[in-house]
Amino acid sequence: MDIAYFDNAATTRVDPRVVEAMQPFLTERYGNASEPHAKGLDARDALEEARASIASFIGAQPEELIFTGCGTESDNLAIKGTVHRLREKGRHIITSQIEHPAVYETARHLEAEGCEVTYLPVDKEGFVDVAKVDEAIRPTTVLVSVMHANNEIGTIEPVAEIGALCRERGVLFHTDAVQTLGKVPIDVESMNIDLLAGSGHKVYGPKGVGLLYARKGARPSPLLHGGGHEGGTRSGTENVAGIVGFAKAIEVMRDGFDEEVARYRRLRDALIDGVTGTIPHTYLNGPRGERRLPHNAHFGVRYVEGESMLLRLDAEGFEVSTGSACSSGSLEPSRTLLAIGLKHEEAHGSVRISLGRWSTVEQVERFLDTFPRVVEQLRAMSPLWSEAKARGEV
Amino acid sequence: MYTEKVKQHFMNPHNMGEMADADGVGIVGNPVCGDVMKIFIRVRDGVITDITFQTFGCAAAIATSSMITDLAKGKTLDEALKISRNDVADALDGLPRIKMHCSNLAADGLQAAIEDFRRRERGESTGEGTQTTPCDSCAAHLAGECDTQHPGDVHGDGHGGGPGHGA
Repeated sequence: MDIAYFDNAATTRVDPRVVEAMQPFLTERYGNASEPHAKGLDARDALEEARASIASFIGAQPEELIFTGCGTESDNLAIKGTVHRLREKGRHIITSQIEHPAVYETARHLEAEGCEVTYLPVDKEGFVDVAKVDEAIRPTTVLVSVMHANNEIGTIEPVAEIGALCRERGVLFHTDAVQTLGKVPIDVESMNIDLLAGSGHKVYGPKGVGLLYARKGARPSPLLHGGGHEGGTRSGTENVAGIVGFAKAIEVMRDGFDEEVARYRRLRDALIDGVTGTIPHTYLNGPRGERRLPHNAHFGVRYVEGESMLLRLDAEGFEVSTGSACSSGSLEPSRTLLAIGLKHEEAHGSVRISLGRWSTVEQVERFLDTFPRVVEQLRAMSPLWSEAKARGEV
Repeated sequence: MYTEKVKQHFMNPHNMGEMADADGVGIVGNPVCGDVMKIFIRVRDGVITDITFQTFGCAAAIATSSMITDLAKGKTLDEALKISRNDVADALDGLPRIKMHCSNLAADGLQAAIEDFRRRERGESTGEGTQTTPCDSCAAHLAGECDTQHPGDVHGDGHGGGPGHGA
């Protein structure tokens, strides 16, 4: 059976061109980039080449990029490192209710440590209101952190507007760009971004490598102390193979950017129109069109629970994700879905599809053929469905 | 994460569907918590001669519903009342720890159905089924929503403090 991997927002397959680029750094060119001998210098050159390449892709200077171990580390470094560095100025940070746990839980941790945190609400499509950011800024605000796009419902936040506002108000602006890097154009200059987190494994690069862009003058205090790597901001021997792979992944993405993004959009819109058009009592979460991640579709399906949809789809050869509590290991459904105003029972019945480089039209068509049947089977089991029928709601 | 038995019962559940003219109906769970089970029984001479279910919920909720119908069919009401949550989980070769807490409601559903049957015998039931909310522990997580949504809660302690709760 052809497995349709529709969970590319969780992670991606490493592109074969990336594997090829990494290979020599695992076998022959394994030097420690801090050593001045030939192997070390060779690794250093490769590292700096990778840094310059990724920096140019987001409009940054090479020395403004810090490589880390993952997107979560980059977010932690940006937020905790900034709060620590600016502790004389104040202890207030602003973020949103729909941040990825890498940001949200970091904010919660800082709150427990005595920081003040404003969690901005979002509208029903998941957008942060720039005016609310403006209202929330205080003299003691040291950082605003709003994600570039939401990992669940695909909402692309108005980060350029928030960046401009923060610049005007003299507050640093951080954005988690883990979902957008390589899929939505980023220019840290024109968007007035001071700190930006990205990750390799979401863009067909390897796991275990992340990046933090930190504008000159906005470099956070380090979390990891040691040998002074990455300009002293992130000690630890550089993951040269991973970083080279990350850079190669970005280059591959850059070279085919317009075409690949257009293809994602076509598949995404076919999914959205197909699902909401053929299955009654389903709806799209998040916005349509340009303000939605090109590879993301997120559906609410009434009267069915998300994990059962996920596992039945898995059995049919589709790997998707859900915001239901039942698959998360906690009892709470997705915080993002509650923040956009869904009721608990609605949030339990959600499915996320995230397309990737190897997703095909055939897979999407097959999904549109399979999914209505899966929903129908589960609704046939659901007491909520028969009750809704008895009430004449469906 | 799930055993083969759970997967089998989830993919091909036994005795699924609404039962017209059931002698007892038990309803447990709450859509807010992500699980609702409805158990229908037919009783002849104190024996459960037929049993079906309807479930909104995760794979564990559906599999445990299917399993309880297998376990209870042909049993006397007193025997059926002795089927515990653990019996259901054991018959499925185990459930993930978190599911023991939130989705293993089938035994409660059967008990509610039997209770409903007995209330009908005593002429106390409206015939709409007996609803319990084994959600006292969920309530803690959901800021009391479970309680307010089910004023007809007849088993205040229904959740039984399953393993993993409070961890």
